[in-house]
Amino acid sequence: MQGTPECVIADFIRDNFVFDGTAVDPEASFLESGLIDSTGILELVLFVEETFGITVADDEVIPEHFDSVRRLAAYVRRKLAEVRPSVAAS
Amino acid sequence: MCGIAGVVDLHGRRPPDAALLRRMLALLRHRGPEGAGLYRDAVAGLAHARLSIVDLAGGRQPIANEDGTVWVVCNGEIFNYPELRAELLARGHRFRTVSDTEVIVHLYEERGADCVTPLIGDFAFAVWDARARRLLLARDRLGVRPLFYTMPAPGALRFASEVKALFADPSLPRRIDPEALDQTFTYWAPLPGRTLFEGVRELPPAHVLVAEQGRVRAHRYWRLRVDPEPRNRRPEAEYAEELRALLVDATRLRLRADVPVGAYLSGGLDSSVITAIVHHYTDNRMETFSVAFTEAAYDERRYQQAMARALGTRHHVLEVSARDIGAAFPEVVWHTETVLLRTAPVPFFLLSRFVRAHGLKVVLTGEGSDEFLGGYNIFKEAKVRCFWARRPESRSRPLLLRRLYGYVDGLSETPLAYLRAHFGQGLAEVDDPAYSHLVRWRSTARLKRFFAPALRDALTHVDHAPELAAALDGITAADDPVARAQHVEAAIFLPQYLLSSQGDRVAMAHAVEGRFPFLDHRLVEFCNRLPTDLKLHGLQEKYLLKRAVADLIPALIRERPKQPYRAPIVPAFLATEAPALLREVLSEAATVEAGYFDPVAVRGLVEKGRRLGRLSEFEAMALVGVASVHLVHDLFGAGFRARLPAPADDVVEVGAVTPLVT
Repeated sequence: MQGTPECVIADFIRDNFVFDGTAVDPEASFLESGLIDSTGILELVLFVEETFGITVADDEVIPEHFDSVRRLAAYVRRKLAEVRPSVAAS
Repeated sequence: MCGIAGVVDLHGRRPPDAALLRRMLALLRHRGPEGAGLYRDAVAGLAHARLSIVDLAGGRQPIANEDGTVWVVCNGEIFNYPELRAELLARGHRFRTVSDTEVIVHLYEERGADCVTPLIGDFAFAVWDARARRLLLARDRLGVRPLFYTMPAPGALRFASEVKALFADPSLPRRIDPEALDQTFTYWAPLPGRTLFEGVRELPPAHVLVAEQGRVRAHRYWRLRVDPEPRNRRPEAEYAEELRALLVDATRLRLRADVPVGAYLSGGLDSSVITAIVHHYTDNRMETFSVAFTEAAYDERRYQQAMARALGTRHHVLEVSARDIGAAFPEVVWHTETVLLRTAPVPFFLLSRFVRAHGLKVVLTGEGSDEFLGGYNIFKEAKVRCFWARRPESRSRPLLLRRLYGYVDGLSETPLAYLRAHFGQGLAEVDDPAYSHLVRWRSTARLKRFFAPALRDALTHVDHAPELAAALDGITAADDPVARAQHVEAAIFLPQYLLSSQGDRVAMAHAVEGRFPFLDHRLVEFCNRLPTDLKLHGLQEKYLLKRAVADLIPALIRERPKQPYRAPIVPAFLATEAPALLREVLSEAATVEAGYFDPVAVRGLVEKGRRLGRLSEFEAMALVGVASVHLVHDLFGAGFRARLPAPADDVVEVGAVTPLVT
């Protein structure tokens, strides 16, 4: 059963940034808590691209999209909705 | 150049314990394998482990004045000793040796505690005035040579070149000081005066300590004043000429030795400059030494070889792999006696061993240029952040930060919003003397997330502000962010990490003496007065230096962007072929036993590193930090007794004074 984007993202953050295993508050700002720094953000970009099959444009890497579990999940949902089913020729 | 140690009981109740002094010497023998000497009277004992560089035949220490009432043991070199000796002889003093150290006792006879000021050199020494029952400890101006001390009882003082020698007394507690840990995980090292260990102090650079009549007082004899002239008062070419002349003199002075002198060639500008000056201005045909990394991201051999070829030196290259680094890391921690956040000291440890194997004991090296001639990126960062702080809403100003960081830090790809968030921390705090370093310190302090809850609780009320202010004492130039950044770096990072863990400790691990022309204090004073614009010109680093040596250095090296010195971490510690000892050191069992870190957090970090084969810079620092704390905990705790060497049998007790020479 596939998890929601919130769950998948929260699990990734917990396993890769919150080393002591505590649960991630979906509303908490990564920047303010110092949980993910400016190099960590690129890991997160790579993760969402590979996990959800989306392409993240450079100018979309902004705190509005990436700075909390909830914001990132919302961003991922929007990107997924933009993908049109391809018209298969064969 | 060597290792020194001593014990004094100023109340005169207990004569110095010869067995203790011999054990202290044994723990310092790596610094001075070529002989050892001891002096004792009813109150004081001085010990010296010798590395013979000047006056090979006659320069045994401790050394006395004419009538045997003043004694000295010195670790280091007094580079202007021929001139001082001539002056002292002319004033009627009589010498026993032709060693550079002897000038100290005669200067003491004339000037007392002020014997330090005429010295040009890198030194840590102790003078015992038996008649006055006064002990003087002194350390050079920039912190090249170390000097630690402890006061186990009122009136009792013990000193040594390395902390391990103080621990020769098994009754002395060996405990990591939590406040020092807190400082290390903020400032990259304990602040000046403090060491990693409770009850053990270090004499700060440019300080003299006087112990007499049961009282101990320390004072500063030289100030680090980064106080640039406001604008070019002279043509640039004149500044360049003076810089060059001072640098040539500083280099020449540091070639004074009765043994051959070699040089490190890192591939960067500074070591290339030193080597080129020797080649151009002297007949000395040096041997040069470099570290090459098998990991390409860290390797600079192309530049090293270009310089060696250009100068025709006999060049030797040591190739170092991640595995070599992992294997040597525990031994390096034994020598540095501190918590490390980077593995950079390890290649220097391996390099000094390599230099020794080639029969050399002295090398010239380029440290100090970045601090005083404007080489570090953190200076550019300070300049850009101040510029940005004047218009915080600007989009274009913070973009300048992208130009600073390309290489291993990976910040060149950082999205602008995150660059702003990172470097914008504390943007408005421009009046803070340490403004330039606040982002770095705040980032580093996040490492404390890995601390165990008990440690964090113990540190709840800790406040380093007073020690930080003392460390930055004398900082000026309130309107010059680059000058202030230079002061902060030279007052803290330079002595507390670069010259110690990456310098003296790892070179002397193999009895190799490093000499630093850029740290000649007359050159430093000149550089500190240079208009800032000649050091950092726009965002061009080391502007004046490059102009002053343009004819000596190939463009390939002059025009290289600044490459910070790094060594691999994750492959060294976590690869399958990493040493078993490191696996144990990073294990959950070790973490629980030592008690400094949260075992779950450490396990998560190690698993991430093993899984991905890499870690972010921050995470890598955490890894090295945890490993080195655990290693210190063992090496200086339960594992210390096993490391006690047998006392040497070649210790000469000097009591009868050797005949005066002239």
